[in-house]
Amino acid sequence: MPTKLIINCATGEQTEVELTAEEIAQREADAAAFAVAEAERIAAAEAAAAAKASGLAKLMALGLTEDEANALVK
Amino acid sequence: MANTYKLIEAKTLGSAVSSVTFSSIPGTYTDLNLVCSIRTSRSAVAENILIGFNGSTSSFSAKTLGGQGNSGVDNLTTARLIGPADGDNATASTFANMSVYIPNYTSSDYKSYSADAVMEDNAALAFAYLTAGLWSNTASITSIELTTALSNNFKTNCTFYLYGISNS
Repeated sequence: MPTKLIINCATGEQTEVELTAEEIAQREADAAAFAVAEAERIAAAEAAAAAKASGLAKLMALGLTEDEANALVK
Repeated sequence: MANTYKLIEAKTLGSAVSSVTFSSIPGTYTDLNLVCSIRTSRSAVAENILIGFNGSTSSFSAKTLGGQGNSGVDNLTTARLIGPADGDNATASTFANMSVYIPNYTSSDYKSYSADAVMEDNAALAFAYLTAGLWSNTASITSIELTTALSNNFKTNCTFYLYGISNS
């Protein structure tokens, strides 16, 4: 059973308490939500990078050099 | 410049725990500084560490600038994130280091904080984060809770030091 550590700064008492079933469920739900949000963030970053690469390729297909195309999309 | 810097409480973990809470923080200082050394049980190189105040995990916002050693810069907006920590696949016996500074923690304004964190790992991949955070709540901060983002544990020998800083 996971435990949480509580350090009471007024008394100096340090106690480890087992998580309740409700706290465990909340912890799992929070972790799942974080994982989804992180996956979405990474996907968005990858999509942005792919769009940039696609745009560069199209600019170069129009006759721009790579340096010129990069200068436009920076 | 602060002219006092006093240790309020400290803990070195003797066993793994899922969260660490400093409760009943005295309101007698101007600022707080939480300094930690963290390794987690996550079966990966890294884990993320989240902060909460007064038992609350809502009304947080943050901007994080992240570097990761082998590729570009990350620009994160993950609420409550204060930094990366070593996972259990990082080099053995290494820990991440982080410092969270909370100015004016008893004020009646929203609470800002900054965090500076870096992993230790003898490999190409190791994260470093700089975070500016805000808790949009006017309550005085009386407790600080640290958790892992992905439901892992803080491992044995993690250390946590809470300092109080006074401006007079």
